[in-house]
Amino acid sequence: MAPDSESGFSRREVLATAGGAAAIAGLAHGAVLAQEAPKGKIAWRGPSAGKVRLKINGTERTVNVEPRTTLLDALRDHLDLTGSKRVCDRGACGACTVWIEGRPQNACLLLAIEVEGVPITTIEGLGTPERLHPVQEAFCQEDALQCGFCTPGMVMSCVALLKSNPKPSSQETREAIAGNLCRCGTYPNVLSAVERVARGGK
Amino acid sequence: MPQVGTSPPRVDGLAKVTGAALYVDDIQPPGVLFGRTVRSTVPYARLDAIELDPDFDWSQVTVVTAADLTGPNVIALIVDDQPALVPVGGTIRHVDEAVALVAAPSKPLAEEARKHVRLVTSPLEPVFSIEDALEAKVLLHGEDNVFKRFEINKGDIAVGFAEAEIVIEGTYRTGAQEQMYIEPQGVIASWEGETVRLIGSIQCPYYVHKALKALYVLADEQVIVTQAVTGGGFGGKEEYPSMISAHATLLARKAGQTVKLVYERDEDVAATTKRHPSRTIHRLGFMKDGTLLAAEVDVVIDAGAYATLSEVVLSRAVLHAGGPYKIPHVKIVGRAVATNHPPHGAFRGFGAPQTTFAYERQIAKAAQAVGQDPFVFRRHNMYHLGDVTATGQVLRESVATEEVLDAVEAALAKEGPNPRAEGDSLKRGRGVAFYNHGAGFTGSGEERLKGQATLALLDDGRFCVRSSSTDIGQGAQTTFGQIAAAAAGISPDQIVVAQPSTDNVPDSGPTVASRTCMVVGHVVGQAAAQLMEQVQAYAKANDLDPSDRVAVAAHSPSELQATVTYRPPPGIVWDDQTYSGDAYPVFGWACCVVDVAVDTDTLEVTIERCVHAVDVGKAINPRIVQGQIEGGTLQALGWALWESVLYENGRVLNQRMTNSIIPTSIEAPELEAILVEVPYSHGPHGAKGVGEIPMDGPAAAVANAIEQALGIATDELPLLPETLDRLTRGGGK
Repeated sequence: MAPDSESGFSRREVLATAGGAAAIAGLAHGAVLAQEAPKGKIAWRGPSAGKVRLKINGTERTVNVEPRTTLLDALRDHLDLTGSKRVCDRGACGACTVWIEGRPQNACLLLAIEVEGVPITTIEGLGTPERLHPVQEAFCQEDALQCGFCTPGMVMSCVALLKSNPKPSSQETREAIAGNLCRCGTYPNVLSAVERVARGGK
Repeated sequence: MPQVGTSPPRVDGLAKVTGAALYVDDIQPPGVLFGRTVRSTVPYARLDAIELDPDFDWSQVTVVTAADLTGPNVIALIVDDQPALVPVGGTIRHVDEAVALVAAPSKPLAEEARKHVRLVTSPLEPVFSIEDALEAKVLLHGEDNVFKRFEINKGDIAVGFAEAEIVIEGTYRTGAQEQMYIEPQGVIASWEGETVRLIGSIQCPYYVHKALKALYVLADEQVIVTQAVTGGGFGGKEEYPSMISAHATLLARKAGQTVKLVYERDEDVAATTKRHPSRTIHRLGFMKDGTLLAAEVDVVIDAGAYATLSEVVLSRAVLHAGGPYKIPHVKIVGRAVATNHPPHGAFRGFGAPQTTFAYERQIAKAAQAVGQDPFVFRRHNMYHLGDVTATGQVLRESVATEEVLDAVEAALAKEGPNPRAEGDSLKRGRGVAFYNHGAGFTGSGEERLKGQATLALLDDGRFCVRSSSTDIGQGAQTTFGQIAAAAAGISPDQIVVAQPSTDNVPDSGPTVASRTCMVVGHVVGQAAAQLMEQVQAYAKANDLDPSDRVAVAAHSPSELQATVTYRPPPGIVWDDQTYSGDAYPVFGWACCVVDVAVDTDTLEVTIERCVHAVDVGKAINPRIVQGQIEGGTLQALGWALWESVLYENGRVLNQRMTNSIIPTSIEAPELEAILVEVPYSHGPHGAKGVGEIPMDGPAAAVANAIEQALGIATDELPLLPETLDRLTRGGGK
């Protein structure tokens, strides 16, 4: 990712560790705030709240948040986008999975100020009950949800997978959703839902 | 398409896949205060003082302690021994016990305020292990630390063991298990005068209703409890919501504002209930031809610091300890003991998984001792229609022992779906578990409960199901819709299921014990049929078209309704004193086979195959039922292999999802779940319970498989690589 000149923060990729520690798969693509950024060059904001412009689901929205506010809390508490769920707040469960420039990431591991101006997609930007995304439709058809609390994050991971890999193998799907914990145990039906979309929705 | 036995998509699906469903933390009332809980850091101590840091700005913070209570300081459940908040001068009985509450206009301020409350305590000597509790050198409860004891006797075990040619004895231990519902516990509370309103992530709205009525000494209509869309429960949201609801309402009353109390994950894992750890000593006597003669079972569960639901969990543990086997001489003793752990509580299976693990390990060893195939041994001893259980219950109908064994053996004759694990140092084994699970409440429970459901005709002509049975992901709304539609002879889309709220639905009994479909579903169907009769009679009397329900609703001066109260099937007799009689109206039956590959270098276990046949009576929605079996099986495999609650001095060390792990899509094997349908005459269309049964057996199957692979006695759970390492080195516990 390129440095964000407006905020003055640079970014660096975090390398995926070997073996992936499936539970933190979201981190594999993640960007975190550079710790080593030289102080003098940064337009420091905070510690009190400041305006941050977020580009969410194609719309620019301004939020007044503290620098420590995560993207997840900004979405849920400041923008009323509550489809992304707050569960572990440590990047372990995937219930807050959103896309940053099209790639799935845990919103709880990003600060809102880090992703200023970067295209963000949340579950609310994917489909509505009246106009479902094909993956959402397949989740309903294949009963790939029970309590539904992991479901928005699970859907975001599955759609991202299918965009980069339209015909994933069962093992590829398992790996793509390994960071999305489902305690109801719907994994078999999630795999079926992805397969259903891969073969054209039938 | 018939309404029942088919799998229309679940009615709550659309809102859930789009993120539109509103769970409690998604509800953002204006001006809400955020609550936090101040908890003890010691396991057992006298609380001498609660000190507020004088240097902290408390001007925006509401603080509640036990001194703010106006009614009894108790969370009403069964035995009213648990306080809402530990009072100064009272006793802290476990780590992370609630002592004080704070609320503030922002979450960070509430969290900061929490850190500025200091507890002054004088420590007492705690008790953590089952053995220390039984030894009773330190007394936490009564004269022996035993909250509850049950005993079941059949025949004469002295005679049985004297006749037996072989006797084996084993001690079996199982660990605590965290429910780890993905949505943490949470509620929102507010007061309007002397009426309290609460919405939350709740399995049993009427439990919370009862607890709040007792806490504030209020009348029924002054407490309104509503279930928000709930992100999983598995038992974990059966009793604990009464506690968090007490706290939120206390804060809201003192602050005079709406309060939201939603737990952080670490707090939820640390402070709320888990599956009871257990120790079962099991002695089994049999003949060389494999005929079982006698069983003596002594099961002890660690209740934790308060009685809560432990006696009911213990009841189910002892009632399942005999398994699906004819044994002429049986003695079963169960005890729930007090320790200084946070209270253990309801979790899918509810005591049965612990004793099932013990007896199915014993059966595996017995089959081996007489050199019989595990299926042959089990078929030789299993129940048939007309047999008599350990409690003296005659099995009058719906015994599916043969059917589930046949189904599993037929599946095993074919190749499994999973690729075999690869590696040079693998050892393989196969384990069987065969078991049953009582559906619905124990003994006379249903008679006492008098569960009700109401069907009402809405203005738009649809039928509305009003019941307090909550959909917590198990598909209750969809299933009720199908049952009601079939009974009324209309399409499921003509049925709407009301959001459970105590001001709007009757008390159907709690959403527990695999009773929702079988018991409440039964009355939902009856009420739907009655309502349809009313609609038709009304139409006839008033010269209306009976199929034009909109016109009927418009014409009727009051809402047409039918309410039905559950009546247990005739002939159910249960004696609480002798613990004998008809323990359950009916049982579900199941068999699970697990193939494992154990890496002898790392001692990691891979499930190569898991075949699980479960008798559900009748699957109202086969897809949903299949999901229940798959989900329950995966939780059981997790309990067997990966999930561990690490207590240190009564405190949970692994409080987060990073170190308190549950199975991911990588560990989850492709399960072969087989629905067996041997109908029950008193369930809707023959349905029995399904929620819990798949949790009971798979752990024993895993342990039996690993024993075969490694040749070690796998008598404890979880079987983590470090457990297997200790066992292969010959170390017991």
